[in-house]
Formats: sequence, C-alpha cells, structure tokens
Amino acid sequence: MSAINEAMFKGDGPDIVYQDLLAQGKFNIQKCKDCGKTQFYPRILCTHCGSTNLDWLAASGKGEVYARSVISRKPEAGGPYNVVIVTLAEGPRLMSRVDGVPNEQVKIGMKVKAKIVDEGKGPFVVFTPA
Amino acid sequence: MVSPLRGKSAIVGVATAGFKGAPGREPIDLAAECGVKALAEAGLTTRDVDAVFGALPDDPLSVLGFAEYLGIKPKFMDNNRVGGSSFLTHTEIATMALEAGICDVALIYYGSCQKSKLGKLGAAVDNPRYEAHYKPIFPATSYALAMSRHMHEFGTTPEQFAEVAVAARKWANMNPEAVMQGPLSVDDVLSSRMVSEPLHVRDCCLVTDGGAAAVMVHKKRAKDFPKKPVYLLGSASATTHRNIAAMDNFVVSAAADSGKRAYAAAGLKPSDIDLVELYDAFTINTILFLEDLGFCKKGEGGAFIQSGAINPGGTLPVNTNGGGLSCNHPGMYGMFTIVEAVRQLRGECGERQVKGAEIALSHGNGGVLSSQATNIWGTESTL
Repeated sequence: MSAINEAMFKGDGPDIVYQDLLAQGKFNIQKCKDCGKTQFYPRILCTHCGSTNLDWLAASGKGEVYARSVISRKPEAGGPYNVVIVTLAEGPRLMSRVDGVPNEQVKIGMKVKAKIVDEGKGPFVVFTPA
Repeated sequence: MVSPLRGKSAIVGVATAGFKGAPGREPIDLAAECGVKALAEAGLTTRDVDAVFGALPDDPLSVLGFAEYLGIKPKFMDNNRVGGSSFLTHTEIATMALEAGICDVALIYYGSCQKSKLGKLGAAVDNPRYEAHYKPIFPATSYALAMSRHMHEFGTTPEQFAEVAVAARKWANMNPEAVMQGPLSVDDVLSSRMVSEPLHVRDCCLVTDGGAAAVMVHKKRAKDFPKKPVYLLGSASATTHRNIAAMDNFVVSAAADSGKRAYAAAGLKPSDIDLVELYDAFTINTILFLEDLGFCKKGEGGAFIQSGAINPGGTLPVNTNGGGLSCNHPGMYGMFTIVEAVRQLRGECGERQVKGAEIALSHGNGGVLSSQATNIWGTESTL
C-alpha cells in the first residue's frame, strides 16, 4: 500500500471534478494507480484497496443493462419512464435511463452506449441502444 | 462459534398501538404509549428504565427526545439508525450493555404517524446524488430493479411474487390488529396498479401509522416478571451498500451474511426455526430473505412460495401477523418482527398461533436492501 496521496484532499472534491468533466462532454470514472481497478461514483479513495492514488479514466461509454424498471406516470406528466442499472464495460455499475427506444424494449442484457444530456439541472449520463 | 451472549438477555414486555390510525397524535406520542404499555406488561414503570434505544421518523436525535419526553435520564442510549432494521441492532447492542452491567432495564421504542400526517410512505432521506436525475421512486424502484434481476436469473414469475402477498393476507385475516383484511387473490395482486414495474401496488407494503416497544433485561432477572421471557439466542447485522447500484449481486442480500452469523451465534440452523418474521417491504423481500436465510435454495424462492410453504398450515410459518404487506407498515417495520416473534413464543396469538413454537427468527431490512439484521429468539427450553 502506497503512502497517502495528499493531492487528493486539496481543491475541489471528486464530485465537482466529475461534474466539471461532464460539462465538458467527458464521462469519466476513476481508476486506481495501485490496484488498477475502476470505480463509480467518484470518491477520494479506491474501494478495492483503500489507496488514494486515483486517476480519472475516460469511460468507453459501452455498457449492458443489468436491471430495469418502468415507473408509472400519468400521460399529462410525461408518461411512463424507465430506470436501469447499467454495468459499464470497465466494471462499475450506475443507475441510469435508456433513451431512444420504447420502455418495453429496454431489456436486461441489452448493449447500450453512454450519452451526456442536460435537462436544466446540470449534465448527467443516459444511455441509448448500442 | 456459539456466542457468549447467547441467551444473556430476554424481552419481558412488549406493546403495539395505532396500526389503524392515530390522527392528531405525534410519532413520539405513539412510541411513549407503547413504552408505558410494554413496561406495564412487565410490572415496571418509566422510573425503572436506565437505557433507551430506538428511532422515530421525524427526529434523527430521537433517543434524546424520547428520554426527555419520558422524563428519564438514562445511563446508556443508542440511536443507531440503519433504516427499518435498526431495532434488530438495538436488541444486540442492548444485550451487550446488559451483560456488561452498564444498564438493567432497556426500553426499545418506535412510533410513526406517516399515514395520518403524510398519507404516503415517508422517507427520511432523499434519492442519492447519483440517482436523482433518473427519478426513481424511493425506495420502491430499487426493489423493483432487484426483482427484475431475480426474474431474469431464475425465471421467478409475477404470480410467484403475488403469492407472497396472498400468504400475508391469509395470516392477516387471523390477526385482529391487522389493517388489511378480507380476501386477496393472485389476480387481485396482478391487476392492481403498476407502481414501478414489476412491482404492483399490492406487491408493496402498506402505509399506516403505528408504534411498538419492547423491554429487555438480563437473563438473571428474566423470570422476575409476569410474562414468559423470550430470550435472544443470536443476532448479527450486515450491510453491502447504500445505493442500489452499489449492491454487488442483486439476487443475494446481506441477509446471507447476517443470517449465517446469527445462526452460528445461536448454535442453530434453519431447520431449527419454528417461524420467521421478516421485513416484507415488497414481495421480493420475502423471496430473497427466505433464500438468503437458508430456508430454500438460491433461486428457488418463487417455487417455495408457490408450494404454499409459508401459508397458514404450511411447513414454514412466515409473517404470522400479516407482515408489512397486510398488517401494518409505519415506515420502519423491523420492530414489529420482534414483537410478533415474542407474542408467538409466549403462545398469545390466538387463531394464528403457531403450535409448539419454541424458536423464532426475526429479520429486519433497511434502506434499499442495504442493511440486514437477524435476531433469533427462544423460549426458556431453548437455553
């Protein structure tokens, strides 16, 4: 285990750095310089080995739907929408949504690719069929 | 290894109140009502209490407010809050404190008026930062996601999930305290409103008011009270995540871990358990936890339910009060898994009584399948 990386505790925290990258159109996850594993959401340490030597890694954007739900909502409020858990090609999972396909066609196991959108409350990652 | 804490504490008083509504009352009023009633059952008063443990929906520091409301100055208090499973950790911590001689009479409390005050499931927490954009319903969508995975991996069907709710209703129909009674069929569940697919509204717990309390003392005093003591034989808790996306495997909960350690602490195995009271916030919970706690194999929960095993008259009585699905659900249901286990082991449950029950397992769930806590209870003959 390497020494504590003090740089990790200076300046903006990992969430702000992540959001700034998203605003530049870049979807990044974190990769540990010591154990080589990846993680999402951004933190100040590696969840796999405890190291603070983390790098940002541009995510490939490739993923697969691991779990899915469709939430009921009245048509006048926008109608039903899906919520999924995606396993990224790099390993970590995140909650997201699959756009560009009817909800009933969002299936577990389907290949998807990431896209950054902003609906007025800051940028975030959704997916479309790959 | 069997725990040195095995059987070192016992519950000697319990009480419940307000399931069918407590309009005009505060959560702490209900908690205190249950507190004085549980103490009265043990022939005690608030003057005898020197340790308090519990949770209220509207006060993160509720243990302080509760002691103040009762007018007591306890020597030991614990506000451990891990969701609806919290109370099953309080029993474990109370046992440590009693065995260490730090306190003599522990009072565990809960009260909520979410039905009267909010009219919906009250969440003490918001959607986490990395989930908010996707507008999941908290907490239902997280459970729906886990359910989708169980269906995908094992072919578990909507009908099998519906059977969980039907079994709960059959038990509720024998419990005068249960909020929902009357017939409920698989078709009724499947034709009920879809909330977060694949969860129908009848796959989801109720929204009710309600409170409960329990009085816990050391084993050496347990027989000094009017009611038959119910001993804590083993307990353990575990967590795997806070946000559902961080759950390593959506079809195996931390109950597999808490259960394993609780059985070891008690020196018991699943086949020794006479009845199970588990936190059925959603129908997926019952299936997942019965698998994880070793009552059927992983992936076979759906078939186990469909066989009628958990129905009245089945091989494994589960949620004999009607559970969160049909008895009551004020928001943190775990406390009621303890109270029903105690009442069953005392033999007080009338029409729904499990005959000859000596060992009961209570299991609490918190967050979004995040926190799991298991308590195993026994009568004096099991010590």
